[in-house]
Amino acid sequence: MSPRLSWDLVADWEQLTTYPFMVQALEAGAIVAVMAGAIGWFMVLRRQTFAGHTLAVISFPGAAAATLAAIPVAFGYFGACGLGALALAAFGGEERGGRSGESAAIGTLQAFALGLGFLFVGLYGGQLAGLEALLFGTFLGITESQVVTLLCIAVAVLTALAVLGRPLLFASIDGSVARAGGVPIRLLGVVFLLLLGLAVAATAQITGALLVFALLVTPAATAQLITARPGRGLVLSVALAFAVSWLGLGIAYFSPYPVGFWVTSLSFGLYVLARLATSGAGWGARTA
Amino acid sequence: MGGEDRLMFTHEFMRNAYLAGTFIALACGAIGYFVVLRAQVFAGDALSHVAFAGALGAAALGVDIRLGLFAATVVVGAGIGGLGERARADDVVIGTVFAWILGLGALFLSIFVSGSSGEDGTAAVRVLFGSILGLSAGDVWVAVAVAIAALAALAAIARPLLLSSLDPEVARGLGVPMRVLGIAFFVILGAVAAEATQAVGALLLLGLLAAPGGAARLLTDRPWLGLGLAAAIAVGSTWLGLFLSYEIDSLPAGTAIIGVATGVFLLAALRDRVPLRARLST
Repeated sequence: MSPRLSWDLVADWEQLTTYPFMVQALEAGAIVAVMAGAIGWFMVLRRQTFAGHTLAVISFPGAAAATLAAIPVAFGYFGACGLGALALAAFGGEERGGRSGESAAIGTLQAFALGLGFLFVGLYGGQLAGLEALLFGTFLGITESQVVTLLCIAVAVLTALAVLGRPLLFASIDGSVARAGGVPIRLLGVVFLLLLGLAVAATAQITGALLVFALLVTPAATAQLITARPGRGLVLSVALAFAVSWLGLGIAYFSPYPVGFWVTSLSFGLYVLARLATSGAGWGARTA
Repeated sequence: MGGEDRLMFTHEFMRNAYLAGTFIALACGAIGYFVVLRAQVFAGDALSHVAFAGALGAAALGVDIRLGLFAATVVVGAGIGGLGERARADDVVIGTVFAWILGLGALFLSIFVSGSSGEDGTAAVRVLFGSILGLSAGDVWVAVAVAIAALAALAAIARPLLLSSLDPEVARGLGVPMRVLGIAFFVILGAVAAEATQAVGALLLLGLLAAPGGAARLLTDRPWLGLGLAAAIAVGSTWLGLFLSYEIDSLPAGTAIIGVATGVFLLAALRDRVPLRARLST
């Protein structure tokens, strides 16, 4: 029996949760969305989207290398993202190049990581179906133990964020004042990149290396368009990420198109709406 | 090495790869220097992913892949350039837009893979990682023509572009049309990105833009020298990378080229750092 959408929401929900793989996908989607929504908000605030994207891409060679070495893929994801975060932190210092030098370094690191990933996939014997899953993710086939691992990581990341939240916010909004106030900016930056790497590695296992962004950057960017207040923004970002991941999963279940497409399109649609609404409000305020 | 070279160049596909690769690298290196100077590497990264989505979209619709590539990168390039100075540094907007474009890429990939036989799955991989060793003579001439056109266009706007990249305030004061310049720059970048995708692939294009430009910027402060240096590093990486991938069986050409370019960048970064430390300690 192929799934069919009806107007009866209860029946739809029952259909959606008939199969264990779908229940696990919804659980994993919720965990990942909450974590990505929270840390993504800080990432957008710190203008580190390029670094975040690069970390996501680095997870791809990690997973490919782990497959090649026949060790659990999770090790590859976390190992590669941890190393990547450290490399980014090393490059991100006050180099002569400044901002442009840093972005060149990040770009080079990302391209090199992709090249390595391609090499590993080639060495493995070109399992193309696997390649697609690594890059674009699969919500299907998530195991019970993976969900538990994800939950542990999410709790760890969110706890660390809660502890670091205040100085991190301070350092992100006004670095020089925070430095003068005795906040260890550089250390905070490194710790944040490591947390980001951890979160991205966990998210990439579900969404694939290329689509992490849909949950990491778009909900956070939407939230920051709507409100500048940190508390509300964080909650909104998490709520949006959660909503698009569950809606995306639900729609993908009833349609022939991939979940990555639905999640990115939903979150982008919300971003555009928020943008239109805020510019409309700004226009109204100006003319009033 | 001469003997091996002669052996290598007896293959037509290697001659094609060297010819097309040289010109593509020249164009990528030169424009990449500007990309790095303007701190727009993330925009270049976004364009390389757009190239991938465009090519898959064309494949899904059954149109010529090259058409999809050029249409997607030039249109999106003009869009990013058109956002202008105001949004220039706004990585968040770029990230948001290209997250969605990647989602479209995933959609096209699924349509394309389910609509064709299994062997066509390799087409997607070719788009992602390039096929410099599989270029036909016709492909080579297109690559050479696009590269020369891009270099000519870049040379035409090089002087004001350099000024506006290095010192936007002064350039604006002198009446340089920054917005038009930004759009023109991104259109050229889009065309180069589309062509380079054929050679090193959508995902590795970024390396040929960022690494030579970044290395050149670290090695010299003189802009014209840096421009030449970036182009030279890109061409050198392509030559050495192609040679390595010819000698080592399982090493893909794209990986080898990017590996060499990354090595050069690392050396430049080390050279930049060590004297700095020495200076600080004294």
